[in-house]
Order: sequence, then C-alpha cells, then structure tokens
Amino acid sequence: MQNRETRIAWYFLLPLLVALAAVALWPLGRNIYFSFTNAFLDNPTDYSFVGLENFATVIEDPVFWGAVKNTMIFTLVSVTLETLLGLAVALLLHRAFAGRGLVRAAILVPWAMPMVVSAKIWEWMFNDQFGLINKALIWLGFLDKGIAWTADPSLILGTIIFIDVWVTTPFMVLLILAGLQLIPEEIYEAAEVSGVPAWKRLWSITLPLAAPAIGVAVLFRTLDALRMFDLSYVIAANSENAMTMSIYARDQLIGFQDLGVGSAASTWVFLIVGLVAILIVSVLRLDRNTT
Amino acid sequence: MASVTLKEVSKSFGAYDVLRSIDLTIDDGEFVVFVGPSGCGKSTLLRVIAGLVPVSSGDVFIGGEQVTDVPASKRGVAFVFQTYALYPHMNVARNISFALETARMARNEIRQRLTKVADMLKIRHLLDRKPKQLSGGQRQRVAIGRALVSQPQLFLFDEPLSNLDADLRMEMRFEIAKLHAEISTTMIYVTHDQTEAMTLADRIVILNHGRIEQIGSPRELYDRPVNRFVAGFLGSPRMNFAPVSFDVSSMSLLGPKGFAFEGRLVGDAQPATLGLRPEALRIVKAQIPRSIQGIFERVEDLGYEQIAYVRLTEDLVWTVRSADPLPDHAAGQPVGLAWQTKDLYLFDDAGMRVDVLAATEPFAIEQS
Repeated sequence: MQNRETRIAWYFLLPLLVALAAVALWPLGRNIYFSFTNAFLDNPTDYSFVGLENFATVIEDPVFWGAVKNTMIFTLVSVTLETLLGLAVALLLHRAFAGRGLVRAAILVPWAMPMVVSAKIWEWMFNDQFGLINKALIWLGFLDKGIAWTADPSLILGTIIFIDVWVTTPFMVLLILAGLQLIPEEIYEAAEVSGVPAWKRLWSITLPLAAPAIGVAVLFRTLDALRMFDLSYVIAANSENAMTMSIYARDQLIGFQDLGVGSAASTWVFLIVGLVAILIVSVLRLDRNTT
Repeated sequence: MASVTLKEVSKSFGAYDVLRSIDLTIDDGEFVVFVGPSGCGKSTLLRVIAGLVPVSSGDVFIGGEQVTDVPASKRGVAFVFQTYALYPHMNVARNISFALETARMARNEIRQRLTKVADMLKIRHLLDRKPKQLSGGQRQRVAIGRALVSQPQLFLFDEPLSNLDADLRMEMRFEIAKLHAEISTTMIYVTHDQTEAMTLADRIVILNHGRIEQIGSPRELYDRPVNRFVAGFLGSPRMNFAPVSFDVSSMSLLGPKGFAFEGRLVGDAQPATLGLRPEALRIVKAQIPRSIQGIFERVEDLGYEQIAYVRLTEDLVWTVRSADPLPDHAAGQPVGLAWQTKDLYLFDDAGMRVDVLAATEPFAIEQS
C-alpha cells in the first residue's frame, strides 16, 4: 500500500520533473559543459576542451570584478532598503482602516509593471535636461542646474538602486504582510493589557513571529537582485559603472560571441548566487521550524 | 484590589449596538460572572473594562478612578483569553515574566514572583517548555500564571475554560474558585456556561441584547428571576413555559389544554405565560385531578438523573427532571403532570415576572 502510494506520487511528480530537467537542468548542464570549451557562438559545434582556462580568464578580468562589486553593492543596499521600507509599509497596512483594500491593490502597481517599462519611465524622469526630477528639485530650490543622474559614474548605481526600491518594495510589503496576518490579534492584546509598551510589542513579539516571513522575502529578493539584468541594461546599457554579473556574462556570450568564456562567467554567477542562498538559509535557519 | 463602576456605558459597531447604557457596580474583592447567549455583549463589556475596546459613550471607573480614556496597558488589569494567547516563541518562564521584564523589575524579584506563581499553579516543571509542547489545561494554567504574576488589581477572564474538555473544565473551575479565595482580588468572568456562572459567582450579571437583564446572587437569580428571559436562561433543562390567559372576573388562569385555576395576583398584572422548572414537575397517572394531561414521549437516563419529555400540545413539549427512576412509560402513553403552587412562575406579556400572592387559594385544575 505504502509502495503503491509512493509510486503514484512519483507519477504525479513526473511531468514536473521532466519540465524541470528540460528547462533548468539541461541548459545548466550545457552551460557548465561549454564553460570548459573554446566554442564560439557563430559555430558552436566546432570546439575543443580547454580545461579551466575560461574560468581563469573571467577571474583575471578586472571588469568582471567590477561587475561583482556593483552587483554586491546593489544587492546589499537595495534589499536592505526594501526590507526596511517593506516592513514599515506592511506594519501600516496591517492596521485596519477605511480603504485598506484599495491601498493594498494600489501599492502593487509599481511591481505589476514590467521592469523594462518602469526603467524607461524613470530614465525619462531622471533625464538631466527634460526630466521631471531635476525640474522639481530646481523649482523647489534644492538645485541650481540639473544633475546627470544616469550619466554621472558616481550617481548611476544609486539611481538604479532607487528605481529598484521603488519597483520591488511592494513585493516585500505583500510577503511581510502575509506573515504579519498569521500572528493572532489576541497575543498583542495580551501584551497590551500586561502593560507592554508598543515598541516592545513590535520588537519582542511582531519581529520574532514575522521573522520566517521576512527571511523568505529577503531570500527571494536577494537571489533576484544578484541576477539583476534588465534595469541596469536599460538605464546604463553597458557602462561599467553599473554593470552587473549577468550583464558581464551576457556581454561575453552575445557581445563577444565567446560561448566558452560567457558560459564560464554564467557558471561563476550561478556558483556565487548558490553560495549566497546557502548562506542566507543557514544564517536565518529558514530550513528549520523556528517557533 | 479594586472596585469597578460602569456608568451608562454604550458601545456600537457601526449601526449595531452591542452595549446599551450599562450601569453596574462591582465591589472590591467580588467575583462577578457575566453570562448570556452569544452576541449578548458580555465579551465586549469585559473588553471595555480592560480598555481593549473604547466605549462609544459612558464612563468606566476602576478603584474609584475614571479610566475611560486610559489605555489598556495603564489600567493595571490582567486578562485571561479563551485562546490563552501565549507568546508562541517564548518558553513558559518568559511568557509569565515578559511583562515584568518590560517594566524593568529587578531580576531576583522577577524570579521570586515566577517561582511563587509556578508553585501555586503547579507548573514549575514546565517552565522551560514552549507553549506548543503543553496540553490545553497546562496552557490555561500558564495563561493564568501570566495574569497572576503582575499582581493586578483586577482579573478579567474571557471564557477561559471553553476550549478544555469537560473533566479539565471542572478541575480548572475548582482551581479558579480556590484562587479567588486565596488572593481575593476582584474578578470578572465571562462565560456562556451557566454551571460556571452558578458555581463561581458571588453575583451573576445576565446580559441579553446588550442590556443587563438582572444582577444577583446565583440563588436569587434562580429562585426569583425578574423576567422570562432570566427564568429561561438559568437551569438545565430550561424552564417549561406555556401561554396562559387570565380571566379577571373569575380570577382564573386558562392554559393551553383548557386547564384553569383560580388565584390572586399582586396588583393588576396580566399573566401571559406560565413557567415551571423541570424538577418541579412530577409525572402522575393520567386523569388524576390537579394535573395537566400530556403524552409521554421519551426518557433520557443519565444515571444520576432522568429527563422525560411530555408533549402537551402539538408544538409544546415539557421536560421533567427526576433524580429517582421514573416509572416505565411507553411512548405515546397518556400521563398527567403535577406540581406544587409554590413552584409556579407567571410572567406578563412584557415577560416580567408576576408574583402570585402568598394567600392564593389552592389551584384547582379542571379537565377539558
């Protein structure tokens, strides 16, 4: 009986496993395979094995390390800001007030838009000549003349982080709000009646109990941010000041047609993302039941 | 310890009036039980006293001080929830001492109080456990411990035993009564269980539709209910009712089966309903004088008592409760029901109790 149920379970899982193998395992395997070859994209059937040479090429390229640094800064700053803002907005939305349903739907709008569209909108708003942001800042008296937000090497990464925070904070809000709503109201009432002040209720009750939800949200966003491609590509094209790891890999693969080095770069990205994921899961103990 | 006074307290949620002008005074050290059907406002009233629900109008006094606008955290009350509301991520010791830590109490003082409370509630061996490792009864003890440790001036219980099974409920009921005897802090206890109300209360407050129907000791409420609602609410099975009409010229009551009796009433009240408790009725042979005729339907034998159902008319079934075994009756067999005058309750058409004068003639029941 047990065996039969297990077998049926595997039958149900089979379509998923086949699909996963086709769209994830196979490409990943091919990617790792090509990273050991000197293949070029124009004729990928003609290649020979070069061992770890491509991995060395990538590691020795200062542009790659620039991309790694940009990606790390982007990930750290944007995920931190999104988590803090997301928590704050989620705590506000958790309170019952008139029109809460509407606000909850409205807040999703930035996240519902395709990233490329948001990036284009913001690129135009940040335009140094005609952009709304500069106009507003000048009108308010903060600036004398417009700032080149998306061209200035020292500002471009900050601008990209700003846009990402605007686009993905709603995602954080939703995940954290879902976590908050699992906490029974009576626990707060019990604390309130016992004379526990509001900040202490937040610190010692809300945060520990919402921690698993916040952890999952941080994990999702971090993995997303480490792979970030579209936003930087639209705003900064291939300016090295805002180049991410994914853009670097794409440049090698498509720009330079170098299938071997491009694959090696992609494999590095895969390994780095995997390592960070393992770190987060073990630090936040997401694999364990915390309550 | 503190007294509690409510002055014209009303609460509405939108257009729905949950509490309508409640006036109530609870003395220092008293054990008062709020009881009533679901939706009567008893839990809301308790939450108003705790400060968890703001009043729509009226005033709340605790210990003589006006606390209407004082937040729950500053009222010095303790609240025990039906769901226990323990902090799931803290162990039992921390659950109990959390509020004291927050109040920056000295560590050895906290430890002393914790130990005392844990001993009192016999939960000392559980201090390191998380709530989910406890049984329902143990959780309730922890919840009471958490309330106890802050040495509140007022204890509020919101249906604390409803989630426990029958045996445990009885045990905890006893423990709560003992606790009150020991610390004699004012306690207010909400329940829908009349056994808890009758056994725990110094005074019971019966609520219905957001109004107080009657306040009094369990005995007073049981023996002298002010109206039909209170009479029907307390007692299990509930009081038997039958519509009656009163003929002023002959001073006689006419019941549903054409039975009648003469009597003198207080004032010029017009009885519309007659009430008899199940234990006041005796099953007698059919057609015996001074009995009302019915059809025996079924008997429930609970071992320590028996409950019989007797149909008087098509839509009127009365219950009879007897500690002694009832004579064997077949279903459908005609029987008579007899009672004593002193056990009769009468209510007017507004439902208020009408007193039968002590000097009433013995009731003569005529057969139709």
